[in-house]
Amino acid sequence: MDHNIISEMIYSCGIFNLSFGNVVMWIIGMILIYLAIAKKFEPLLLLPIGFGILIANLPLTDLMKPGEGLIWRFYHYGLQWEVIPPLIFLGLGALTDFGPLLSRPSLIFLGAGAQVGVYITFFCAKLMGFSLDEAAAIGIIGGADGPTTIYVTSKLAPHLLGSCAVAAYSYMALVPIIQPPVIKLLTTKEERQIVMKKSRQVSTRERIMFPILAALIVILLFPPSAPLMTMFMLGNLFRESGVVERLSGAAQNELMNIVTIFLGISVGATMDAATFLRPQSLMIFFLGAFAFASSTATGVIVAKIMNLFLKDKINPMIGAAGVSAVPMAARVVHLMGQEENKKNYLLMHAMGPNIAGVIGTIIAASIFIGVLK
Amino acid sequence: MGCKVLAPMVGKIVKIKVKVGDKVEEDQEIIVMESMKLETSIFAPCSGVVKEIKVSEGDRIEEDDVLAIIE
Repeated sequence: MDHNIISEMIYSCGIFNLSFGNVVMWIIGMILIYLAIAKKFEPLLLLPIGFGILIANLPLTDLMKPGEGLIWRFYHYGLQWEVIPPLIFLGLGALTDFGPLLSRPSLIFLGAGAQVGVYITFFCAKLMGFSLDEAAAIGIIGGADGPTTIYVTSKLAPHLLGSCAVAAYSYMALVPIIQPPVIKLLTTKEERQIVMKKSRQVSTRERIMFPILAALIVILLFPPSAPLMTMFMLGNLFRESGVVERLSGAAQNELMNIVTIFLGISVGATMDAATFLRPQSLMIFFLGAFAFASSTATGVIVAKIMNLFLKDKINPMIGAAGVSAVPMAARVVHLMGQEENKKNYLLMHAMGPNIAGVIGTIIAASIFIGVLK
Repeated sequence: MGCKVLAPMVGKIVKIKVKVGDKVEEDQEIIVMESMKLETSIFAPCSGVVKEIKVSEGDRIEEDDVLAIIE
């Protein structure tokens, strides 16, 4: 009798239920925590995600047990109910200055151009044996937009949430490494030296009208984009209206920070050894990098095509900023421009396609959801 | 021939690397500014002597503000 109680006590200890996979996941979690702290790789997300991975791989905790676990509740009410990504978009809307896009609306084509890579990757993933739903979630990584990736994946392929989110956020941190070679390959030195004409001033009235009209038009055309677009444009209306600074501030600071905490820990906790340690996770990381590179490429190519028709040439590098990754992609383009010509300041010009890319990715996502759901 | 150093975009002055009276060469880094959380250098548009610096570190600047005059 006594013997049984003792052995039961021993076996109810987590340590005796540990699998080799759990330990591998700990290492992955620790690597993410290390990269977040030491290398400042998207620390706001990779830090809680890394910790989430650690605790999700402690046996017998029930943290992710459906209906009971603490983190499961965050995951269920935050992500499965599709609440957190739209709330993040509220904050992003309040943070985003659409001025650079409004001053040259034709740049929206570049934001669209960079989404072609999403579809190329979608077809590649399908060919590699992923289901349509999974392929859509993987393709959207190429949009380089974290919350949209999480939104699409949790809707279409929730079992891939961890890998797709980690791929999206790690590659976003790697934008300065992934993009420059692709941009250089597709542009000539002369093209990279193009100094762009100054963009026109944007009036307050235009800035206020934009979120209202954009919400109406995009949601009318692509109804599944409604949750993300509504919140994104509401946040931007808060910002531009100038009369609700408190709401705008709360959306971009307090609220955004709060939901980011729950987002990070829940995404990390979906990555237990059994769901993550599969060959398909490696394929997702490979396809994710491919998605980033091909979106960069198609953005640049669309910019070069536009130049065939434009009198005032645009610097084709800004096409690369059409992947959302705001504002990293725009910064990369700016720095590459200054490398070629010190008096070239492309940052604001690159912000146009950069923010157009966010809307582009939302639209690409809503097309997937509309067709596949 | 002198020239004006104009702000290339909105942002904040982080560091001013020259003083009034300094000789500068074209394309020499004279001011560091910050925009969209990116520090970026402003280079002298022409060679000459710094005649006037119109901003100080920490100032917010708008596009096309005159930052300095080189003569």
